[in-house]
Amino acid sequence: MPSESPAGEPAPSNGRLPDDAVRVVGSVPFAAYVHVPFCATRCGYCDFNTYTAGELNGATEQQYVGAILAEIELARQVVPHAPPLSSVFFGGGTPTLLRAADQALILRALRESFGLGPEAEITTEANPESVSEAQLVALREAGVNRISFGMQSAVPHVLATLDRTHTPGRVREAVAEARAAGFDNISVDLIYGTPGESLADWRASLDAAVSLEPQHISAYALIVEAGTALARRIDRGELASTDDDDQATKYELAEELLSAAGYEWYEVSNWARSPDLASRHNLAYWKGHHWWGFGPGAHSHVGGVRWWNVRHPRAYAERMAAAESPALAREVLGEPTRQLERLLLEVRLRDGLACQALSPGALVAAASMVREGLLDPAAWESGTVLLTLRGRLLADLVVRRLVVDDDEGMANAEV
Amino acid sequence: MPATPPGRVPQAASTDPSVLRNFGIIAHIDHGKSTLADRMLQATGVVEQRLMRAQYLDRMDIERERGITIKSQAVRLPWTGPTGTDFILNMIDTPGHVDFTYEVSRSLAACEGAVLLVDSAQGIEAQTLANLYLALENDLRVIPVLNKIDLPAAQPDKYADELAHLIGCEPEDCLRVSGKTGEGVERLLDEIVTLVPPPVGDPDAAARAMIFDSVYDTYRGVVTYVRVIDGRLTPRERIKMMSSGATHEMLDIGVISPEPVPTQGLGVGEVGYLITGVKDVRQSRVGDTVTDAPKPAKQALPGFRDPKPMVFSGLFPVDGSDYPELRDALERLQLNDAALVWEPETSTALGFGFRCGYLGLLHLEIVRERLEREFNLELISTAPNVVYRVVMEDATEIVVTNPSEFPIGKIADVHEPVVRATVLAPSEFIGTIMELCQGRRGQLLGMDYLSEERVELRYSLPLAEIVFDFFDQLKSRTRGYASLDYEQSGEQVAELVKVDILLHGDTVDAFSAVVHKDKAYTYGVAMAQKLKDLIPRQQFEVPIQAAIGARIIARENIRAIRKDVLAKCYGGDISRKRKLLEKQKEGKKRMKMVGRVEVPQEAFIAALSNEDTSPKK
Repeated sequence: MPSESPAGEPAPSNGRLPDDAVRVVGSVPFAAYVHVPFCATRCGYCDFNTYTAGELNGATEQQYVGAILAEIELARQVVPHAPPLSSVFFGGGTPTLLRAADQALILRALRESFGLGPEAEITTEANPESVSEAQLVALREAGVNRISFGMQSAVPHVLATLDRTHTPGRVREAVAEARAAGFDNISVDLIYGTPGESLADWRASLDAAVSLEPQHISAYALIVEAGTALARRIDRGELASTDDDDQATKYELAEELLSAAGYEWYEVSNWARSPDLASRHNLAYWKGHHWWGFGPGAHSHVGGVRWWNVRHPRAYAERMAAAESPALAREVLGEPTRQLERLLLEVRLRDGLACQALSPGALVAAASMVREGLLDPAAWESGTVLLTLRGRLLADLVVRRLVVDDDEGMANAEV
Repeated sequence: MPATPPGRVPQAASTDPSVLRNFGIIAHIDHGKSTLADRMLQATGVVEQRLMRAQYLDRMDIERERGITIKSQAVRLPWTGPTGTDFILNMIDTPGHVDFTYEVSRSLAACEGAVLLVDSAQGIEAQTLANLYLALENDLRVIPVLNKIDLPAAQPDKYADELAHLIGCEPEDCLRVSGKTGEGVERLLDEIVTLVPPPVGDPDAAARAMIFDSVYDTYRGVVTYVRVIDGRLTPRERIKMMSSGATHEMLDIGVISPEPVPTQGLGVGEVGYLITGVKDVRQSRVGDTVTDAPKPAKQALPGFRDPKPMVFSGLFPVDGSDYPELRDALERLQLNDAALVWEPETSTALGFGFRCGYLGLLHLEIVRERLEREFNLELISTAPNVVYRVVMEDATEIVVTNPSEFPIGKIADVHEPVVRATVLAPSEFIGTIMELCQGRRGQLLGMDYLSEERVELRYSLPLAEIVFDFFDQLKSRTRGYASLDYEQSGEQVAELVKVDILLHGDTVDAFSAVVHKDKAYTYGVAMAQKLKDLIPRQQFEVPIQAAIGARIIARENIRAIRKDVLAKCYGGDISRKRKLLEKQKEGKKRMKMVGRVEVPQEAFIAALSNEDTSPKK
């Protein structure tokens, strides 16, 4: 089962945003996320909001496309003065389970409603096994200019544990097909720390990823989410549990091999060939930009309001058919909450967090974390909180100390 | 034979001692004492059927829930005997646990007879035996009764033999009753008036009455239960407590039947209550003698003693800001519990709290449960310990009630309290029980077969060895069949040492323990391992050491945490992540700092409990 939605306050059925939020639209870039909630099979580790054919309960892809177009129209009415989109991201689920023509249709609607910025980044996620050469050509022609392949691993037994059905060879073919179709901005996703994965397995996956010469690589430590098939298998003792120390070693190996191959980290789990190849869309999340998330279960953030849609494709389609906002609930963030979010997001970035954003207590905590080797001393000198390699692995602890020690920073200062 | 008609009931204050019968019921927990008492209330007509509720006499919720009696009560019951004489029975309900032996002994001292009640599906238990000895010491006429004969598993013939063997009567002398159905209860009442002797006292002597219970009541202050030995107590006179010499105005005097009824006084042999307006049970102590203030008796009745706490433990609020509430709650409990003592204690690990002294483990548990239930407090209690008398080389003496205050070096002798324990169990468990007792430094004093299958083992054991988990161990190793009773039997010199637990070099006072030197290593290793599993990894390596003085006897390491970052943080994760952080900020209140090490409260609670530790996540 997919994980649960957060708790929030009720969202108005007409989708209207508070005037304060609408007023600041345009002050920062505006992005669009399109959630495609379909998968051929559910992978054991996945807790995303996604559904296999049997779980759709009558919802169809055609209904889905119609509903997305309706939500785009709703968005146009709610934020009529939004600036042209700086990025569009088709995520899932498996976006490439949609026909390329449907993705093109959605993209055209977004372009017509909001316009696209001059260098807009248009990404689609793709599963190596379910994307065809012709589809890649069609997507590129429709304006998609970045593709992110779910590679996960180059080792068959690791792919099997993750329930991924592609072969390592298929990734290489798919990347080649994407290049042939004209994609010059390609990313691959990797997962490390899967039960049974050796350090040599992980090295092999990193080497394989590098050898594909993508512009961008994401590497995520496997998280065993409660309620997933993977969690149950671990509970039953069929698989070993993940190990933080193992994942730490693998993260360090990733940093070593990727930086040697010319990739530089720009966020805890993301590396790019050059700063301009960093994912603009993902940076929008981390830099507090505005984005509208379209589709079942999608999250949005506009002007300090976060909201999230109903999760099931059928419920979503019904809302849109009734001309109601698909929002399930929302949060209107006060200034302290926005500061807290800014801190927890920006600390994870290579650009770091400006010291001015810190309270006196957090500054004291930061100064001791510089001494402890969690924060970069040179960056600190120039007024930035920047994680060291060790700090990246302990980023949640760093954030916790900046936040939790805020009130009593003096108490824990003398470490 | 039947209940006495209301018009003929002898009136209190003028009852001829020859028609008085004062008796108690002694029984093991769960052998049906309170249920039998309920049937007696009904049979004698003092409680109407429609007002009856189960365990009528047990007032506290905890008592009713656990089916045990903590505070005794006395009830006046009219009963017309087999020869047609109208009698007055005073049934004195006694507390039923080893911690309250002294209170039991005072209750029995107020009686001339005792009903020895045995569950006919269970047979004699250690506590039955202990209370029987108390009754015999007080020269009571013992009436053996087998209860619960309605149970399918009842074996009254078998246990009648056991009982007869024990008290030296014939098996057919054992009455058979069912507190549940009421069968045999009228016959028992007849036996009581026939067999129990009437009280004897001097009606013209100065008044002397023994306090056998003292209960705090929110509306009326302290209600004192007495048995008059000599003379007479009358309303509106001043009375005097002979142990302290304090005098009080008598505001009310009467009998309980089963609700309080004021009377013109209480005469020789009578049992009732008095109210003087004192607000604290410590001013009206069990075992003390009440006399006339203007015409006091010369000599107090024998047997009074101060309750002495045997077991100590620290109590700390989980949320430090609850400290004032905990103090208020302890003060309120003390109004009704003369045996509870406490003083403020500061722990570097647990903050501000109180070191409390109890009569025993049940007493401790009851106090703690009442604090949590009635006062809604969340508490951490340290492992219970006994009182040590430490004699230093220079002959000075230190009384240690808190292990962290155990002196270091230059110790001549350490004295620890010992108890005489009686264990009753089916004979198949002899080996198991001996193994357990020997592991707890026990000395076998003797062993007797009560019957072919049941054996009584008598041990001398250090109290310290049984305050922690002895009873649980005994129960689990004998599949629940063994029963235990013990009484203090002095002290002994033992080779005891203090084991400290250090976290990252800092002593955690809450974990210091006084243990026998042969067990110090095992304790140190076990505690270090337990803490290793309970304390989350920190940013730096944390050594856990067990030490005797400066000597390290065990060591574990909590390795430094290397990774805690969640790999993903995209649009839909932000709210969740922020809320987690807000929760952690809130949770910081429940973190205790030991030096630089953050220890969650839950780790302290788990480490201090004797349950199996669950691994950290």
